[in-house]
Amino acid sequence: MTTTENTTNSGSAEVVAAGTSEGRQELQLRKDVSTKEILRGSGAVLRMSESEVAALAGTQSEDQTMIINMGPQHPSTHGVLRLMLELNGETVLRCKPVIGYLHTGMEKTGESLTFMQGATNVTRMDYASPLNNELVFAMTTEKLLGIDQDIPERAVWIRMLLSELNRISSHLLFLATNGMDIGAVSMMLYGFREREEVLRFFQKVTGLRMNHNFIRPGGVAADLPAGWRDEVLNLIEALPKRLAEYEILMTGQPIWRERLQGVGVITRDEAIALSATGPILRSTGFSWDLRRDMPYLRYDKVEFDVIVGSYGDAFDRYSIRLNEIRESMRIVGQVLDAMPQGDYRIQDKKVTPPPRGRIDESMEALIHHFKIFTEGFKVPEGEAYVAIESPRGEIACYIASDGSSTPYRMHVRAPSFINIQTMPLMMRGGLVADAVAVISSVDPVLGEVDR
Amino acid sequence: MAQVSGRVADDVRFVAKTDYFKTLSDLRTEGFEMCVDLTAVDYLTHPGRTIAPEVADQISLERFEVVVNLLSLSQRRRVRLRVQIAESDAVIDSAFDLYPGTEAMEREVFDMFGIKFSGHPDLTRILMPEDWQGHPLRKDYASGDIPVQFKGAAS
Repeated sequence: MTTTENTTNSGSAEVVAAGTSEGRQELQLRKDVSTKEILRGSGAVLRMSESEVAALAGTQSEDQTMIINMGPQHPSTHGVLRLMLELNGETVLRCKPVIGYLHTGMEKTGESLTFMQGATNVTRMDYASPLNNELVFAMTTEKLLGIDQDIPERAVWIRMLLSELNRISSHLLFLATNGMDIGAVSMMLYGFREREEVLRFFQKVTGLRMNHNFIRPGGVAADLPAGWRDEVLNLIEALPKRLAEYEILMTGQPIWRERLQGVGVITRDEAIALSATGPILRSTGFSWDLRRDMPYLRYDKVEFDVIVGSYGDAFDRYSIRLNEIRESMRIVGQVLDAMPQGDYRIQDKKVTPPPRGRIDESMEALIHHFKIFTEGFKVPEGEAYVAIESPRGEIACYIASDGSSTPYRMHVRAPSFINIQTMPLMMRGGLVADAVAVISSVDPVLGEVDR
Repeated sequence: MAQVSGRVADDVRFVAKTDYFKTLSDLRTEGFEMCVDLTAVDYLTHPGRTIAPEVADQISLERFEVVVNLLSLSQRRRVRLRVQIAESDAVIDSAFDLYPGTEAMEREVFDMFGIKFSGHPDLTRILMPEDWQGHPLRKDYASGDIPVQFKGAAS
């Protein structure tokens, strides 16, 4: 588009500029925005004193400040997360995330995929923890079908095993990117190396490293392969040593602490007001974990601790995730002992396709198989909201069904999308260099933010 | 500690649009500290939808429905509000003053459904480009019929 073709919103003075401009979605000059918006943009979410409001709104001279685009630094900011900062020298005054660059209309796509196919769609949202996405979608569908209490025990425990291993791999990815952002590049290599070992196990089980489509309504797609127990044991035996290395490399290291401690502080009330969940909420000292507080699957049958921080800073969020890997390994160990025998998916003809072997023998089985994979199964009318604890916080799925085989509306409550709102608050008053640590400590996955 | 395992029906409440803000504010005082999710559904092609029979004659069903999920961290309880929004008057109070975390969610609903939130500090599109026409998650938004809009491409 050439500059002459600018579209002007009739009646208002603002111009949607050509090229990459996002118009009003961007961070505006202070003179162009309302006080309320400035307060929000400055990250003030709670009631402030009048003097603080006066200091924030309007009185700041604009000729001392400038608005710049941040990044790229964190892997997410390479083209998909755009952060606009208002700076005074090196101090961040306001911040606004401009998102949508990875928006592919996955909620709309979900309306045209059957409940059988739906898992392939949701698994691509939070690509760092795909199994948790599939799990929440499957659980919501099962709730609508009314079979949520009838899932075979083995399927439930397999789901727990995969969900926890996925939490480990996701947190390892966080450690890797966090290390890289702060300048500990070796950590990036270590984190990816360890994560790859978990993904190798996923590949053995599901056939794919990511985007598994393995947890489906009714159970899981296949039983665990032979030798899975040894694989998992190898994993959880190797990891503690590696985690101890990370502690030496980072936790106790003065430079690491200087970069993270006291950076990006958020209080409990602010986190709750901003609907932040997961490690961000826990870093403020508020102990909230859906696995313990509103248990699903069989989390009430296993023992684990909920890790909380005390200062709400980036260092707390780092150490929470590091220690959650240990807790997840504890759960995995208990899952290994408790794994029952039995079916890996529900034996309900309505939702479960016949086994492969039957198709060669029986025409009915072939037709049945064909029908389930082409038309899908019908889900009764209704609406359901199911939430679980993903590595990033509360991930939830809301499905409204009209009785057909595709969801009438499928909405995913993406934790990163909500958590990203805490960034302006955490960055306020900090340095540009700290902004990097803040982005990293929120651990956003843009596939999920934009959906 | 009472647990929510087992089959417990969700606490769903139908709220009139005029009472929406007051209901939210009452629920917040009651202990629902967090608004975990705010979304909408366009019931254009499925106007009947699912409603509890005891409230069926008290509410008039409209095209849009805003669905709000509140969470009480202290009582470990959830409540879901369903608010009917007429197509002709697709405006509702913003929950921003009570729950600042709804800022992005309301922008998303505005972007995807064209429902306006009065009192929202920055009601702009959030996922779609600023100059996009239409609201994609509406049921009459025919995704297959519209040429793909690229910014800056020669038409």
